[in-house]
Amino acid sequence: MKKIGVFVCWCGLNISSTVDVEKASEELKNYPGVFYADDYKYLCSDPGQELIKKTIVDNKLEGIVVAACSPNMHESTFRAAAEAAGLNPYRVEITNIREQASWVHSNKEDATAKAIQLIKSTVEKVKKSEDLFPQQIPLTKKVLVIGGGISGMTVALEVAEAGYPVILVEKEPQIGGNMAKLSETFPTLDCASCILTPKTAEVGRHSNITLMTNSEVIESTGYFGNFTVKVKRKPTFVDWKKCIGCMLCQEKCPKKTNSDFEHGMGKRKAISVAFPQAIPYRPIISEKECIYFKTGKCKICVKVCPVDCIEFEQEEKIIEENIGAIVVASGYDLLPKEELGEYGQGKYADVIDGMQFERIASASGPTEGVIKRPSDGKIPKSIVFIQCAGSRDNQKGRPYCSKICCMYTAKHAMLYKHQVHDGEATIFYMDIRAGGKGYEEFVQRAIEDDHVLYLRGRVARVYEEDGRLVVLGVDTLSGEQVRIEADLVVLATAVIPSIGAKALGQTLKVGTDTYGFFNEAHPKLKPVESMTKGVFLAGCAQAPRDIPETVSQATGAAAKVITMFSKNHLVSDPQVAKVNEKICVGCLLCKPICPYKAIEPEIVEVRVGCRAEKRQVATINKGLCQGCGACSVACRSGAMNLSGFSNEQILEELKSLCL
Amino acid sequence: MSVEFKPNIICFACNWCSYTGADMAGTSRMKYPATIRIIRVPCSGRVNPTFVMKAYQKGADGVLIAGCHPGDCHYNSGNYFAKRRFLLATRFMTFLGIDEKRLRMEWISAAEGVKFARVMREFSETISKLGPNLRAREEA
Repeated sequence: MKKIGVFVCWCGLNISSTVDVEKASEELKNYPGVFYADDYKYLCSDPGQELIKKTIVDNKLEGIVVAACSPNMHESTFRAAAEAAGLNPYRVEITNIREQASWVHSNKEDATAKAIQLIKSTVEKVKKSEDLFPQQIPLTKKVLVIGGGISGMTVALEVAEAGYPVILVEKEPQIGGNMAKLSETFPTLDCASCILTPKTAEVGRHSNITLMTNSEVIESTGYFGNFTVKVKRKPTFVDWKKCIGCMLCQEKCPKKTNSDFEHGMGKRKAISVAFPQAIPYRPIISEKECIYFKTGKCKICVKVCPVDCIEFEQEEKIIEENIGAIVVASGYDLLPKEELGEYGQGKYADVIDGMQFERIASASGPTEGVIKRPSDGKIPKSIVFIQCAGSRDNQKGRPYCSKICCMYTAKHAMLYKHQVHDGEATIFYMDIRAGGKGYEEFVQRAIEDDHVLYLRGRVARVYEEDGRLVVLGVDTLSGEQVRIEADLVVLATAVIPSIGAKALGQTLKVGTDTYGFFNEAHPKLKPVESMTKGVFLAGCAQAPRDIPETVSQATGAAAKVITMFSKNHLVSDPQVAKVNEKICVGCLLCKPICPYKAIEPEIVEVRVGCRAEKRQVATINKGLCQGCGACSVACRSGAMNLSGFSNEQILEELKSLCL
Repeated sequence: MSVEFKPNIICFACNWCSYTGADMAGTSRMKYPATIRIIRVPCSGRVNPTFVMKAYQKGADGVLIAGCHPGDCHYNSGNYFAKRRFLLATRFMTFLGIDEKRLRMEWISAAEGVKFARVMREFSETISKLGPNLRAREEA
């Protein structure tokens, strides 16, 4: 029988007015296993804690029960006191006789009886307590950032500035992400490149940042503080170390093709760099389009290159890196136009999406900022913008709001009106969602100063009639059908997770929601952490959001990484699952239940009679386990248990309470 | 000569939502009957249906499982597991002949002190009407 001490707190009158604390401590003195019981005015006060410490030392107590307020208040206080007295903190349990007895009951007799029963049940729990020790986990102070858009760059720069090495992996040949494609930004109309390029340049030259563009993460193993990742570096067919970025090759290359960066609005060469401010400013050969790769002839780039850096025989490389934390900033894509047949996207050249409009409005874009329609290069006299194209649409399986479209559509209409003063800009909208600093004012500016026509309603169809686009919709405020002839139709298509996000999630063992956005650990309190410890989220990878919000979240994620790296070891909570290998049958029913993927099979050697036998059992990664205990219920053989809330502890508590 | 029946009710409350909701009820000085005893668990998904059966066996008249609202679970999915296990437990109870009204599951958030107190009052009344649970009780 363990020597257990019981301390009953008066909490001034808070407890003692409804619970007879003296009676409680008196009765507990005679309870089996209780060696010492007393009551005290304020146990959380310094003298109160001293009393606890002294009593533990003097009586060589092996466990204590503090009957006081909620464990959410002072569990850590009393555990720290016990630890100072040499008692393992996990042998301290709190009975909540304030929030659960004195404050919620008025009958003193009932409240006292309940309090005594509660204390007794906690004594039973403490009898089954064990010493638990936090594990020290070593840590590699290096972060992997996936995605080189504005969020990934923000994370990389913040962490690098704090002095820790960063590996920035980007699947495109250059960093900058979607923001690099934008013309102007709302609500200030400052040029996107002007505010972005200082950042890309800084990322490019920062001594703590290793840039891996044209690369993808293909494997991740390990756990928080200690991941090992494999990065696939796709071939560029140009030796970037030798290349000086003169771009003669691009100039002379005879093969033109559609540019992905321009979203089909412009052309590029088979050897090219996406845009003039690209970082790194190095060309890449597209294997699909290059004449040499198709026919084995051409090699003009080789002839013109002054430093001899073209390498047709380059192959992909796999690089392995040890890192401590991962930040996923994989960004977004737009809903493929094939899914929006009713608006004729994909069928009519002059039905484009928001990003394509950004390119034709961009000063560095294919039209040098002159808004021309793609089909014939004419300046459109009438543009219809359609908001919520795919967003807030259950039929398309995307009931969520894409959040940025209301604002960028207002911006598009404004940019157009600033160029074509007599042009007509019409916006079909469902609701205007302009929640942000200066956002509502921006939309009002579009309506009042720039005379953009806002029509509340949905568009049923976009079709061609006598060579002009016709937009057929309904104005739900007047209830009338609207028919507008347009030269250009711009769809504010839904923001979707970047292509490949789901696969990346599987690689990193991070969950995604129904739509493929990464799940945060808690929707309110842990918005930048994923369910997998040590993996953080930033930007549109988690949900659609605008630039300011992305930057805030990315800075938050960076702060999380820096906090993690500020320690020399990571400490894990010992109240996690544990396996009794002797009775585990290795069925692994617990494995799919674990939300943290902390359970893996392991082969162990066990003695059966006089011979050794190899057997599969479940094993817990204490770094990943968060101690929810769901696995312990799923276990058929009863081998899985949860330290701190073990089956034995809960059952003893239960039995005692049922008496 | 009838003695007033005071039910014995066990409430499993998850640490993050419902236990904190109970704290909120306390801090707001809301009253509910002293028939309820709370067992703190990290997550409603920690509640094994065998705990529930054990409670009836040892003399509990009612058992309540309280967890975070759907989508709010601190561990993401624990409350969904709890719900499934709860449904399983009620079926098992019917099989054993225990009135399934003796087991209740509620989503109570950390902010819902009012709801916590109300549920406790309601459940206590339900159990009082049902009377003592004699069916599954262990023979002395």
